[in-house]
Amino acid sequence: MIEFKQVSKTFRLGKREVHAVKDVSLKVEQGDIYGIIGFSGAGKSTLLRLVNLLERPSEGSIEIQGVNVTSLSAKELRKQRRNIGMIFQNFNLFNSRTVAGNIAYPLKLAGTPKHEINTRVEELLRFVGLADKAKDYPDQLSGGQKQRVGIARALATNPDILICDEATSALDPDTTADVLRLLRQVNREFGITILLITHEMEVIQSVCTKVAVMENGEVIESGGVFEVFTDPQHATTKRFIRSVQQDLPSPNVLAEWRESGGGSLYRLQFKGPVANEPVLSTVTAKHGITFNIVYGSVRELEERLFGNLIVSFLGDPADVEAAIKEIATLTDIEEVQEIER
Amino acid sequence: MNVDWTSFWPRIVEATGQTITMVIATLIFGSILGIIMGLLLFVTRQNNILENKFLFNLLNIVINIIRPVPFIIFLVAISQVTRLVVGTTIGTAAAIFPMTIVASFTIARVVENNLVSIDPGVIEAAQAMGASPLRIIFTVLIPEALGPLVLGLTFVTVTLIDFSAVAGTVGGGGLGHIAMTYGYQRFDASVMIVTVLILIVLVQLAQWLGNTLSRKIMRR
Repeated sequence: MIEFKQVSKTFRLGKREVHAVKDVSLKVEQGDIYGIIGFSGAGKSTLLRLVNLLERPSEGSIEIQGVNVTSLSAKELRKQRRNIGMIFQNFNLFNSRTVAGNIAYPLKLAGTPKHEINTRVEELLRFVGLADKAKDYPDQLSGGQKQRVGIARALATNPDILICDEATSALDPDTTADVLRLLRQVNREFGITILLITHEMEVIQSVCTKVAVMENGEVIESGGVFEVFTDPQHATTKRFIRSVQQDLPSPNVLAEWRESGGGSLYRLQFKGPVANEPVLSTVTAKHGITFNIVYGSVRELEERLFGNLIVSFLGDPADVEAAIKEIATLTDIEEVQEIER
Repeated sequence: MNVDWTSFWPRIVEATGQTITMVIATLIFGSILGIIMGLLLFVTRQNNILENKFLFNLLNIVINIIRPVPFIIFLVAISQVTRLVVGTTIGTAAAIFPMTIVASFTIARVVENNLVSIDPGVIEAAQAMGASPLRIIFTVLIPEALGPLVLGLTFVTVTLIDFSAVAGTVGGGGLGHIAMTYGYQRFDASVMIVTVLILIVLVQLAQWLGNTLSRKIMRR
């Protein structure tokens, strides 16, 4: 669908060279909601702009549905861009045009007959829930409404791909959830492939099926959201995950636990089906020990459960050891070594 | 010393008409040239939709050479060119030519400044939708900048009323000419006061028109 092949982008700022994107290879499949996450300056915005060639790659190529877009002529590229809707952090609506005028703009560019434009605009306004705002101007709308107009405008020409540049970063949490719900609907109802960039893990967690983590222009980790979330390899990925899910009690609470003579702590992780099984109680009962859950969470990712528990075991040390060994055969368990930060 | 007002009023009316003609004609020609130059200045900037270093630098330098020259000196300096183009250096038409040149350069800068204040994201959005550079100029840049642009042109119009009076002193006719001949050379304060009052009214009128129009465009 969208394939980055060893793509690099280098900017020249005076005599200095800035490597915004370094040797990125990435494949977005049809129907994916693919999220690229990174801190600001990671190069994700540049990477996104390579898809519709708002930025041209210095090296490598980008293929969309098998077509190398870097080799298109200016005219072909303009046509190709109509197949890639784009929404922005700051909405980028035309203030001189009404809501309906904004949505009609890409249709006018495509040379759509006037009566068809009117029907399509009405249809889109209904889809994004702004049928009563057709004649309003953007400065009369709230942030969430503006982004809905942005989405309607991006969908006007029936694109196969929608790219989102920090589409929810300027919105409050409630509105963010609304917009994300709308994106999911766009993906499910129209089968539109979505490629989005964000610095918010919540966005990845709530809508994406696949994720790539970027740092210093490179993709340092990528894969299914569930896999990357439950088994992060890279320190930056772990930081992002910690931003949405604290997986340990805070250092103060931990220190207090140790000072008050609390025993060793173990981290248990349950992924997918294991999370539905009563592993902990079955095994501890079998070995005649008890357990104490000090801290924990169970969350849903891509409609699968993921549990993270911090427990201590109480009982004869030999029994505890045997129980831990048995649990290890069923799910992930490790001793919490020190106060992680 | 005293003027015979019954015979003088028609001259005042005629002079006012000449001033208005000079200003409006200059505004029209100057706007056409100025908006084209301002748009070119903007789109040929670095990283803009039609980046062109040579054209940008050329325009930039030419504008910077012409603009600092005081109007009265410029008027005299290009009188040979005026004669070539208009056929004479005296009269309202002859004043319109140098006024148009100076106005167009000023308008070019006003247009450029207004365009620079457009959110680049909006231009990017249009590009992402597959709009060609020419399309962006006419359907994004001009409509988005129109409100402030009208205010800018209003400002220029007020300057032009000033310029028309200057042009009047060197044979351009209009209120400036009357004010100079009667007020300055014949020390008749009453004529001076009347012309100044008319100029004030014209400026107020232009400003009011501009404000109303821009408010309508910007819907505020």
